[in-house]
Amino acid sequence: MRDALNQALKEELARDSSVFLMGEEVAEYQGAYKVTRGLLEEFGPKRVIDTPITELGFAGLGVGAAMIGLRPIVEFMTFNFSILATDQIINSAAKMRYMSGGQFKMPLVFRGPNGSAYQVSSQHSQALESWYAYFPGLKVVMPATPADAKGLLKSAIRDDDPVIFLEQERMYGMKGEVPEDENFTIPLGVADVKREGTDATIIARSLMVPTALQAAEQLEKEGVSTEVIDLRTIRPLDLQTIIESVKKTNRAVVAEESHPFASVGAEISAAINEHAFDYLDAPVKRVSGADVPMPYAKNLEQLAIPDVSAIVAAVKEVSYL
Amino acid sequence: MGAISAQRQDDYVLTSYREHGQALAKGMSPDAIMAELYGKATGCSRGKGGSMHLFDVELGFLGGHAIVGGQIPLATGVAFAAKYKETDQVTLCFFGEAAVNQGAFHESLNMAQLWKLPCIYICENNMYGMGTSLQRAMSFQNVALKSCAYEVASEAVDGMDVLAMRAAVQRAVKRAREESLPTLLEARTYRYMGHSMSDPGNYRTRAEIEKYQERDPIKIFTNKLKEANIISENELAEIEAQVKEDVERSAKFADESPLPDAQELFTDVYAEPLNSNQ
Repeated sequence: MRDALNQALKEELARDSSVFLMGEEVAEYQGAYKVTRGLLEEFGPKRVIDTPITELGFAGLGVGAAMIGLRPIVEFMTFNFSILATDQIINSAAKMRYMSGGQFKMPLVFRGPNGSAYQVSSQHSQALESWYAYFPGLKVVMPATPADAKGLLKSAIRDDDPVIFLEQERMYGMKGEVPEDENFTIPLGVADVKREGTDATIIARSLMVPTALQAAEQLEKEGVSTEVIDLRTIRPLDLQTIIESVKKTNRAVVAEESHPFASVGAEISAAINEHAFDYLDAPVKRVSGADVPMPYAKNLEQLAIPDVSAIVAAVKEVSYL
Repeated sequence: MGAISAQRQDDYVLTSYREHGQALAKGMSPDAIMAELYGKATGCSRGKGGSMHLFDVELGFLGGHAIVGGQIPLATGVAFAAKYKETDQVTLCFFGEAAVNQGAFHESLNMAQLWKLPCIYICENNMYGMGTSLQRAMSFQNVALKSCAYEVASEAVDGMDVLAMRAAVQRAVKRAREESLPTLLEARTYRYMGHSMSDPGNYRTRAEIEKYQERDPIKIFTNKLKEANIISENELAEIEAQVKEDVERSAKFADESPLPDAQELFTDVYAEPLNSNQ
């Protein structure tokens, strides 16, 4: 996964000289998670820039640079630290085009890991997609495979709107085939059916996609054919793919790593009720992270993150099994 | 006016929500500004920004920003981009003294000196952040000297003297254009009116306001012009009359302009409308 992201960055930096990358430890240190390995050497310090630990400052600097035509990629070492920069992301990046009456493009990517890592406790383990997806003007992307990560990141960098690109630390080591083609991109706003099924639909994103696929595997053995939708993009949301699937399977489970309250899962559940209520054979079930700050202890942390058995149980529940 | 007169037409200005004079100084049309205040379709931001969000990209007037200090990192980024693109454009960034207490100010000055960015930070110190005086809000009240923490060149200027402002900004522009270095200028000035339309102004005395009105920038400048025989009383009266006429014409233009079309509610959110399945 990290190499797929690295390839996307490398190809887009090579393709367009207005693209530059900045963030904490992205250059000389080669990236806190090595996603930016080798980029300083290849593109030099003008285009691959180590920043001070000054998230509000460099996020705002990125927005300003985008205002006059550059295409910044701003890395947050983790999205927990983006909280310091939300003023510039929400008040500046998301609104600049609208409040100027369409005078600006905002070709800007904020990227980095989102969600849980391994035993780093409350301040380093937050899934923030519902925050950013809330705001019109922002796009939110969450890849779940190396190939998707590459194709979606390239699209995000080429996009003329601000994109929040949420990676997942637990998935940086994930293996998978990745197209070498420099023209390979995946459009934003298109979900992917990662596994077809007929009895129930699991709608997942990011870390919950491989978890849901494992659950589907297990359910298959028990005679339940489960469809797994990988949203890939949260905003714009591919509602059509969700609704079509639910109309086919008549049962829906939304799996998410984030807290449940006012989450993306809540939005999807509401959308299914609005658009496919008559097709449902059971209420939509959500499987979310625990509604607590992330604990440190290994056993408690495991309890806080949805696992395969939680998703299996949810699918059985909506299937009345 | 003094500050903006010292920059080139293709240079940039970013500023706060108290930006109307600067927008005019940068060459924006009074009609488009007034129409924006009225929330009309003919406004410079097509009625979507309003008083606090005037923009004219063509003229390099990059807003009108309404979170105190929010424009300071943005201006730093504009200066960064100008340097990246190897143009010699300079960016002026205006903000009030209350913004100096925000982290955005300090983060920006640090980056600007670290990366040698052609950005000129102009603090308009009018001594009140809304209703709170500087004495009650800032532990060390010399704004210009705060630059020392970042080794940024700085100067305190009489913000009531147009020519002094122009000269100080000219020096800063030279430093930015020729050496690609930032400057912090503290323009010591005053605000006669309330912070907003709903401000009764009970936090300061009439006498204090009158003391500053004696040093009104327009008064000082016109006196200088008269003393130097550059302009006569008659000519001044003509200018004054012309300005009144312009304001009235702009108000009429704004008044008679149409409101934005209802469909405009949903335009300009994204570069391309999101797909309809949303």
